[in-house]
Amino acid sequence: MLRIVKYVLYDILQNRIVIGYTLFLLAVSLGLFNLSGDPTKGLVSLLNVVLIVTPLVSIVFATIHFYNASEFIELLAAQPIRRSVIVWSEFIGLAVAMTLSILVGLGIPVALFAAGATGLTLVIVAVGLSVSFVSIALLASVLTRDKAKGIGVALLLWFYFALLYDALVLFLMFSFADYPLEKAMVAVIALNPIDLARVVVLLQMDISALMGYTGALFREFLGTGWGAGFAVIVLLLWVLVPIVVAVRVFRRKDL
Amino acid sequence: MLESTLLSKSFGKLKALDNVSIRMEAGQAVSLVGPNGSGKTTFLKCLLGLVIPDSGAIKLYEQQILGTWDYRRHIGYMPQIGRYPDNMRVGQVFDMVKEIRRDTFTHLDDDLIKAFEVDKFAHKTMRTLSGGTRQKVSACLAFMFDPDVLVLDEPTAGLDPLASEILKEKVLAEKAKGKLVLVTSHILSDLEELTTDVMYIIEGKVQFYQSIEQLKSRTGEDKLNRALAQIMRGV
Repeated sequence: MLRIVKYVLYDILQNRIVIGYTLFLLAVSLGLFNLSGDPTKGLVSLLNVVLIVTPLVSIVFATIHFYNASEFIELLAAQPIRRSVIVWSEFIGLAVAMTLSILVGLGIPVALFAAGATGLTLVIVAVGLSVSFVSIALLASVLTRDKAKGIGVALLLWFYFALLYDALVLFLMFSFADYPLEKAMVAVIALNPIDLARVVVLLQMDISALMGYTGALFREFLGTGWGAGFAVIVLLLWVLVPIVVAVRVFRRKDL
Repeated sequence: MLESTLLSKSFGKLKALDNVSIRMEAGQAVSLVGPNGSGKTTFLKCLLGLVIPDSGAIKLYEQQILGTWDYRRHIGYMPQIGRYPDNMRVGQVFDMVKEIRRDTFTHLDDDLIKAFEVDKFAHKTMRTLSGGTRQKVSACLAFMFDPDVLVLDEPTAGLDPLASEILKEKVLAEKAKGKLVLVTSHILSDLEELTTDVMYIIEGKVQFYQSIEQLKSRTGEDKLNRALAQIMRGV
């Protein structure tokens, strides 16, 4: 498998978009830290950028790359290797590229200005989030044949997770305000990797009090060692489940 | 050597293959002939595992191959339109396929690589190559690992006359070594030169599968194109 990952990575790293994305992250991180003066404030601003930008770039880039690699995939599929190896190699290549971008673009500024547990959490969460959106992108790509449709689906998914989901949750909370929904909220955030990432970092920052009673409940549940373990496991599920399903679908796909 | 039983595949309403049962032996060279969209390429793609049939079975060396992958070490495939990663150089494509097939071949056959003078354009990226040059790359890759089965989908389309002759000589040489060759083409004179048998497909059904000699004596014609034309009028 590593022999194929090597060529996938080679192809991705030559791409100017990845380099541009890394430079963009670097510029935004350095800019925010320099503007805010206080590293904690810088981290909060950075968190908001990370939660919007990294999923978007990961899902769109992974989708476009997968469609553009269709020739490459066809060439490989006629060789004596397993189909699953092809998808896993694409996934690992994309995940490594996105991780490298974040480590350089986000990790270096954070290490310089806000080294510490919170900074580390932010970087780890950003990596987890990117990889899970690469995984979701590959699932969307193997399910749709047409490139334009695939990119559309990717954008819609991002829109849903980044914006629509919160609106739906707010609507639910508003409609069922008379009921004790706080415990249910813990389950609800697990269904959206972006929300999960946000809560994990906010808890690290010790400003969960800003989130009211629900925040206190998160603190109680996710703040403990067990809760942190839960968050990590759910995020890992968001990485693994889509790609495992994608591999299963791809094994029976006509090329 | 190669056997398909009741192989069927539909794309939506279109029946691309309809209960195709066929048996081919080493040393045979079979032409797949039929109108556009009759299922020739689908048959080859099923054999390669690129398309997954709805029902039926394919056996190579008496081994069921559907859903497996290791059998592809015995196959060299030249696609109708060779599609390669744009950013890769020709030399890199060769290196990559060699690396992937590292454990599956005993020796490299570089006859075509020499004959097509691949060294001269090895440094170019795949994007910049003309259609014919891509076909040369495809041909080299198909023959390079000395496979037992050669699957050639429209091999001479797009090649210049000289390259086309080189390729045809190579096919004949491999056939003489006792390999199984499957060719699709619309150029009947090429097929007459290269192959021993004809498999004629219409709308996914095999109309007939006969040696060229039988076909000629049956129709009383001495040219393949005339023999086929006579049968097609009759069908």
